Amino acid sequence: MKTLSKIYNGLIFLFLYAPIVVLIIFSFNDSRSRSVWHGFSLRWYEELFCDKEILNALIVTLTVAVIATVAATVIGTAAAVGMHGMNGRLRRAMMAVNNIPMVNPEIVTGIAMLLLFAFIYRSTGWFQLGYGTLLLSHITFCIPYVVLQVMPKLRQMNQHMYEAALDLGCRPVSAFFKVMLPEIMPGVVTGALMAFTMSLDDFVISLFTSGSSAQNLSVTIYSMVKRRITPEINALSTLMFGAVLILLILVNVSQIRGQSKAQKA
Amino acid sequence: MMKNRSAAAPFAVWMLLFTIVPLGVVVWFAFTDAAGHFTLDNIAAIQGHLGTLAYSIALGALATVICLFLAYPLAYSISRKTERVQQTMVMIIMLPMWMNFLLRTYAWMTLLENNGLINRFLGLFGIGPLGMINTNGAVVLGMVYNFLPFMVLPLYSVMTKIDSRIIEAAQDLGSNGWQIFRRVVLPLSMPGIVSGITMVFVPAVSTFVITKLLGGSKTQMIGDTIETMFIGQAANYNVGAALSLVLMVLILLCMAFMGMVDKDEEGGLVV
Repeated sequence: MKTLSKIYNGLIFLFLYAPIVVLIIFSFNDSRSRSVWHGFSLRWYEELFCDKEILNALIVTLTVAVIATVAATVIGTAAAVGMHGMNGRLRRAMMAVNNIPMVNPEIVTGIAMLLLFAFIYRSTGWFQLGYGTLLLSHITFCIPYVVLQVMPKLRQMNQHMYEAALDLGCRPVSAFFKVMLPEIMPGVVTGALMAFTMSLDDFVISLFTSGSSAQNLSVTIYSMVKRRITPEINALSTLMFGAVLILLILVNVSQIRGQSKAQKA
Repeated sequence: MMKNRSAAAPFAVWMLLFTIVPLGVVVWFAFTDAAGHFTLDNIAAIQGHLGTLAYSIALGALATVICLFLAYPLAYSISRKTERVQQTMVMIIMLPMWMNFLLRTYAWMTLLENNGLINRFLGLFGIGPLGMINTNGAVVLGMVYNFLPFMVLPLYSVMTKIDSRIIEAAQDLGSNGWQIFRRVVLPLSMPGIVSGITMVFVPAVSTFVITKLLGGSKTQMIGDTIETMFIGQAANYNVGAALSLVLMVLILLCMAFMGMVDKDEEGGLVV
């Protein structure tokens, strides 16, 4: 039974990783072929770094992700703090609104925002699709992740600490920064990380809200895949996979360190 | 009790402007014509897409069922490991999710092609080439591949809370493997099954890239239809809005149904 389950798990992991491994191997192939090996080369990486379209898209992706993460983290954390002080019914209503972008199919969220921007553009001439609308839509779908990560931390923290700080003469704002924020920090950080990765990886919503002037990586990849197939994409995937791998290992190592520290204390 | 309700004000305004109002705009577009006059033509136009809609639901449901059957034994075996091993295995499952969705699908495209790796491999044994790309099977495979982690994770997070002593107790009381599964593990993992099904079904039904890359021009899902209504020459925002509305209502109905099965308030968001 044990070997059977090991074989089964192994097959699933093979299924999950085989395509990625093949993609990575063929990014070093010295030919356009995606199935015959012609020798090792880095030419697709060179071409990738000369491709202006991709580099522009990379800049758009990163700047949008950073700005959207900061904005969503601030708005989302504040929202969680505010909702925490609300009574049951109002809080449930706010949480329901928060969950709309999470349960709605992405394509519907994307189209709803596209139509909003189109509607405003038609009547006022503002909000033409571009970097601004892309950013607005990213902030919108990032906020719920932050709220959902911060809320449980607020519930877990000692409710009287904040009041004690107020009683001891702290202003609400500094009580928040000195007492509450350190308590909920793990939730804020996880929320921000989730928002960042969601923004980096988003395709569906970006496709509808970015227009043609400010495309992010996913949308650019989509047009590349549709237009022509090039091993540059393999090189790009390899680099992105490597970056994610390093990031995750770093996060995990620091988490495990934090846990063992907590266990010692 | 802490009272900082006003801190939620920016959130409330933001969500009103960019989540609630846009849904209202979708409804408005769905019930008006290009000139802005009220009409039911867009709703009537949906009739022409009912076949695509049914096809999307069928493929999405098939992919969801396959994901459930593949993920269940895996999630269970992970949940019985030591904590350290569990963390590592969950990481391994989640890692591909951080690779761009399009690139993962593109990878399958290169594997399934007529002169792709799988067919070349089969060719060594004198089999093939098998026509794997541009079939319904390839589309379902793409969905299963992309959404499998969404099924494993909620299942695992519920199963890891099942106390091993409960299972041992059942064994001591003379249950066989099937009875333990049927009477103990299955009922306790129900919330995970419910949230896994919703987390896979929603993106599977509304997908539009997988069909394009793996299904060729023959297959079209409702997501593809909606995309063509908004991007490209044949754009028709009004009919597109009506179709989106139908898709949304359909999925809300599914969620409501799943919500009846699973009473847990936060069931849909267990990750």
